[in-house]
Amino acid sequence: MTSKSDQTMMLRTPFHNRVAAACELNAWGTWKGYTTPTAYTDVELEYFAIRSTTGVFDLSPMNKYRITGPDAEACLNRMVTRDVSKIRVGRVGYTVWCNDAGQVMDDGTIFHLGENDYRICAFARAIDWLHWCALGFDVTIVDESDEVAALAVQGPTSCAVLLAMGLAGLEQLKPFGLTTFPFEGATLTVSRTGFTGDLGYELWIAPDRAEALWDRLFEAGKPHIIKPFGSDALDLARIEAGFLQAGVDFVPAESAVRNGRSRSPFELGLGWLVDMDKPVFNGRRALRREQAEGSRYRFAMLDVDGNKPAQHSFILKGANKVGTVTSAAWCPTAKSNVAFAQIEMPHGAVGDELVAEIYYQRELQWTRVLAPCKVIDAPVFNPPRRRAVPPGSF
Amino acid sequence: MTDNYDVIMVGAGHNGLVCATYLAKAGRKVLVLEAGDSPGGAAASREFAPGYSVSSCAQWLYQLHPRVSRDLKLEKHGLELAARDLASVLLDVDGQHLSVLGPLAEGGRLGGEDRDAYKLFHEKTLKYAKLISRLFESRPPGLVEANLADRFALVKLGVRLKLLGREDMSDLMRIVLSNMYDLMDEHFDSPQLKALLSVDSVLGSRMGPRTPNTVFGYLYRRVGEVFGYTGVAQVKGGMGALGEAMAASARARGVELRLGSRVRSIDMFNGQVTGVTLASGGQLRAPVVVSNADPVTTFEKLVGFRNMETGMARRVSQIRCDGGAAKLHLALDGLPRFNGLEDAQLAQRLVIAPDMNYIERAFNAVKYGEYSAAPVLDISIPTVSDPAGAPPGCHVLSAIVQFAPFEPAGGWEGASAAAGESHREHFTRLVLAKIAEYAPGIREQVVASELLTPADLERGHGMKGGHWHHGELSLDQVMMTRPFPGATQYASGLDGLYLCSAGAHPGGGVMGLAGKNAAREIIKRGAPV
Amino acid sequence: MAPVACSGRAVGCLARGLQAEPALKKYDAIVIGAGHNGLTNAAYLAKSGLDVAVLERNDYIGGATVSRELYPGWTYSNCSYVCSLLRPELARDLELPRHGLQVVPYGGGVTFKRDGDYYGNYYDHNRQYREMARHSKRDANAYERYATDVMKQTRLIRPYLLRRPPDPTSLKLRDLRDLLGFARSFTEMGEEGLADTLKFWTKSVGDYLNEYFETDVIKAHLGGTGVIGTALGVYSPGTAYVLLHHYMGDVDGNVGSWGFARGGMGAVAGALAKSFQAFGGEIICGADVDRIMVSHGKVKGVALRDGTEYRANIVVSNLDPKRTFLDVMDESDLPEDVVRKAKNFKIRGSSGKLNIALDGLPTFNGLDQNSPLMLGDMHFTDSLERLERAYDDWKEGTWSKDPYVDMLIPSQTDPTMAPPGKHMMTVFVQYAPPRINGGEWTDADKAGFEKSVIDQIAAYSPDFRDLILHCETRTPREIEAEVGLTEGNIFQGELTFDQLLFNRPFPGYAQYRGPVRGMYMCGSGTHPGGGVMAAPGANAAREILMDLRRPDVVPGGYADD
Repeated sequence: MTSKSDQTMMLRTPFHNRVAAACELNAWGTWKGYTTPTAYTDVELEYFAIRSTTGVFDLSPMNKYRITGPDAEACLNRMVTRDVSKIRVGRVGYTVWCNDAGQVMDDGTIFHLGENDYRICAFARAIDWLHWCALGFDVTIVDESDEVAALAVQGPTSCAVLLAMGLAGLEQLKPFGLTTFPFEGATLTVSRTGFTGDLGYELWIAPDRAEALWDRLFEAGKPHIIKPFGSDALDLARIEAGFLQAGVDFVPAESAVRNGRSRSPFELGLGWLVDMDKPVFNGRRALRREQAEGSRYRFAMLDVDGNKPAQHSFILKGANKVGTVTSAAWCPTAKSNVAFAQIEMPHGAVGDELVAEIYYQRELQWTRVLAPCKVIDAPVFNPPRRRAVPPGSF
Repeated sequence: MTDNYDVIMVGAGHNGLVCATYLAKAGRKVLVLEAGDSPGGAAASREFAPGYSVSSCAQWLYQLHPRVSRDLKLEKHGLELAARDLASVLLDVDGQHLSVLGPLAEGGRLGGEDRDAYKLFHEKTLKYAKLISRLFESRPPGLVEANLADRFALVKLGVRLKLLGREDMSDLMRIVLSNMYDLMDEHFDSPQLKALLSVDSVLGSRMGPRTPNTVFGYLYRRVGEVFGYTGVAQVKGGMGALGEAMAASARARGVELRLGSRVRSIDMFNGQVTGVTLASGGQLRAPVVVSNADPVTTFEKLVGFRNMETGMARRVSQIRCDGGAAKLHLALDGLPRFNGLEDAQLAQRLVIAPDMNYIERAFNAVKYGEYSAAPVLDISIPTVSDPAGAPPGCHVLSAIVQFAPFEPAGGWEGASAAAGESHREHFTRLVLAKIAEYAPGIREQVVASELLTPADLERGHGMKGGHWHHGELSLDQVMMTRPFPGATQYASGLDGLYLCSAGAHPGGGVMGLAGKNAAREIIKRGAPV
Repeated sequence: MAPVACSGRAVGCLARGLQAEPALKKYDAIVIGAGHNGLTNAAYLAKSGLDVAVLERNDYIGGATVSRELYPGWTYSNCSYVCSLLRPELARDLELPRHGLQVVPYGGGVTFKRDGDYYGNYYDHNRQYREMARHSKRDANAYERYATDVMKQTRLIRPYLLRRPPDPTSLKLRDLRDLLGFARSFTEMGEEGLADTLKFWTKSVGDYLNEYFETDVIKAHLGGTGVIGTALGVYSPGTAYVLLHHYMGDVDGNVGSWGFARGGMGAVAGALAKSFQAFGGEIICGADVDRIMVSHGKVKGVALRDGTEYRANIVVSNLDPKRTFLDVMDESDLPEDVVRKAKNFKIRGSSGKLNIALDGLPTFNGLDQNSPLMLGDMHFTDSLERLERAYDDWKEGTWSKDPYVDMLIPSQTDPTMAPPGKHMMTVFVQYAPPRINGGEWTDADKAGFEKSVIDQIAAYSPDFRDLILHCETRTPREIEAEVGLTEGNIFQGELTFDQLLFNRPFPGYAQYRGPVRGMYMCGSGTHPGGGVMAAPGANAAREILMDLRRPDVVPGGYADD
């Protein structure tokens, strides 16, 4: 009976054997109880694989839930802020979902796999909330997090790699499109999605085909310069691309202990995901009130002077503290110093000029820098190849 | 599109009728839709055997607010009491019955000390009940997002508390959270007296005297005395006659009342209530819909969980509303004889619960989904004061029986441990045997009997879980948390939908205050824009 | 069995008769009872410069915070047995680590199921998720929401642990200010958050857990905490708070986690005593107080049963409220309401304890001996219904026939508890009534109680019975007789809401001041209640110093944790 719970502390993803062999740095972190690499060889080089050739990220620990049944669309539509009926079969949609108070619980992607058949990928565990959301709907909800292995294949040559692997016709797949291929007697699902802001795909497969997929992928990718990358490189890429991360850039609403620490979609700059024309969805009443009465905070993407990342910085307007930084990085491709900040209203509108109070150390000596910064209106990295159909050969 | 109604009321229970009448009085055009064939809801009478009729749910009147009674001119509309100021009599196997009416406790094995202690206790608790009754007469205040009226209400409450005096104030704040068992031990020696008062604290609920919060249950009942009832009263014609009088009053005010008209759903569009759909298929429109149904039925069945946000659906699904009380009706071919009771005394409220531990044991069963082997009984023989309820010379015995689960394992028709008997038959026999300990010949007098379980009450009156109070009256489900946070103050949290049932503040019992308070709130807030 | 040794751990307590001229000595303050709160109180009074004596009836100090060697080579924490609630502000301020206290956290915990399986509670978050998900993925996910929600309540109450409760009936400026602060921390929770708080405090732990979980064994594992030391069942309203009471402690900032005091719980008392002595305080053991002397409405000192008198204008009682007002104080010295309130004070015994010396580490069904689950609290009650039925037995005036136990083997973590390779087991048992069917406990009752517990454990551990070398069984009778806790109630009074905050011990006397000038209370019978917290003792000291117009030397609580 020891097998029940006295196993090793950490779980291993279906790709673990391949990942471990590639992880030269032996730099491991943990993600949802899985052993995952923070870096394989060198964060910088891994990052440039994403931006210049092809990088591969083991996405398996991601939470995946299957929602099926006659009310699947209605149930999801009531749960999330955007109109799910507009996500056609074979399409993927990025969305957020709120609690009744209009506070963001999580963001994620909805995969419309087939008629009355959806998969939702989420940062935080959501099976409990999904069950509550299912009250009054004829749906079946299954946590298939452990039943689906996944790889993100990202970068300018990613399409070429996958074509070389035999996924014929993939070049016709539009961004947020979804398709399937037969793979070693199983089905390989491919979506044109990712968390890097570059051309890229995500591959979904049964765990018992995981190693085969890895092997085929890396064999096909060799001429196109394929490399695995870890969570550190991913973090860099997503900041450059302007993507928020739950738990970092906002506190998932139902895990916030202190009142007022959670944020609404408007306060996270995600108002474009909120479809107020839907008659009922979680948070609608509160969000309508927020629209009328105004938000407390504003999400601001900051272009910070100098090259010191504004991590954990206070943001000042004159002498007053008006906000804090949630994510920050020097972006190697865009050559820009980006920070995401939560700014108290009414500050933080595009063009607003603020100051970041940055602390950094060199050889144990700490220095305080007051770096001017400006609120910008779009991510610093957003190449046309990300949207091109066919993506072409880069 | 509208059918020219300002308000549609779902359900003609007593609170629904009260609310509708006040709304009509304020000039609103009100339509009341009732699924059943008679008005009153749980204030109902029914003929359970040929020639025998009985108050099928509530059986005593002891809390109806005098203001409601006056405003609705209920006497003018036919409300008549067959008897009032009836004492509660705790039956004793040896005929040493204890009787309590107002501040007076007598008989039984009561000592002089307890008699005096009871007088003081009665006086003190009446003061507390008075304070609580004031809270019942208005909407529960908001806590944080309080407006001026709420703040004023909170200040008033604070002042009233202070006016009790330091000693009484702290005493109230202590005991209101505590249990009846300990409070009784603090004050009295007589097991009979302790038991009789304890029964009042747990009636209609799923609690035993040891359960914390039961002192609140007791004070809740004592509010009736503040409203002018010494002891209990009996409505002539049964509680159904109260429903009829209220309906008559409503109609006189111009309320349109449609009986036999079941509402299938409360309809929403764009987050706003638009009207109702009838079971027969028709749709009716109005900017305001008021639900007299219990909150769970209202939100889960009538609105539908899918039409509200998930957090609200979760709140609703967590309301505790499983009933713990059943009703037994006996048709008797003569007046039963109870050891040591004069015939005239049979008009009073007769209680079987020899001591507090007996009640506690009876309660234990229901925690595990079982019915009490030795139940607590609150007995009325209405035909003593109102002979019309039975053929000449015959009588009806009506008893509230505690405790009974919503359904025992296998359902009420399922086989019980006793050979050849369903749970329903078995429990009926247990209750009869218990009564027979006090009225030995009664079994031979029974012509017909009927046991209404919580499951039956749910079916018959549409009350989810068969709970009399539309949700347990424990401290986590009263005042600012009734029926659930986000739907207090009678506004349901859905635009245009209001609540006026016992599931809203102040709760169950035939008081009429939930209806009255709701009406005031609806008039103040009006229809959503 | 007679005590083999007294372990205040090298505390030099003076035995009676060894001091010079006892009858003539007048102290600034006398504390009755060397429990952890009495010692804490005395330490702060002494720290402020007062001449303080602590009088202890037993030959050893600690009260219910005690380590004793009742079987050669084994140390029993024979009353309280785990440590989390001890306020870190006090431990640091009184320099308890320097005086020998080390609290070592333990991980793990397990509830064994009747079907041979178990639910394990791992220290590591991810591992715990996996174990919970083995029973129910939904429960494992809901646990995150549960932990957040409980933490919300914990954060609300923690800042008030090291403060006196405000008196809502008072119009004094300080009380109004306290009340306002109270109100502010409440309104910070928001309308629904505050409503949730009201619900939480008035709800049963069973109902509360039903709102989160679907698996019986998980609910039972979490729910047991809601009734420990309490004469209520898991379905009794108010027990959700008792759960909170056990969650609000921490070990080094890990809120809700528990640890062992190295050397047993006596180490806590020992360190407190040393701290007190370092401030110049005096502990007198074997001093059985007969009464608090009162003259003209003022305290004059105390008299012992042997006639010895000690003089002081301040007397602080570490005894429970019943013992304080109905035993060591004369009814004629007290206002009528205090006597009545003390009589009505609920201090019901509901628990018992077995301390067992083991010849080796027992094995449990389905669990590896090396499992980290073995290091924590172990239970054998796998459903709320079984917990509730255990309470039904208490109501009927008998011990639970299917008892809920909170069982630990601290010798796996603390090497000082038993010889190498041997083990010490502490078994807290719920429920045991103060009286059996209205009569006193007899030795036969005690044997029956012991059997029901041993049988419960042995049903899951085949080798357990054979490993028993010695077993100390403590029913409420023994706890009352030895420690002086009325009815054997471990919290010096029920933690029900009618006896918390401004109601503890009773209305009008909740700010540590007694009804007689110079008389104070500092035991767990006062706010914030039981558990080895030391907060009542410290809070009482603050009030005393204020009355003496001396500077406040008692620390406040850490903010925002």
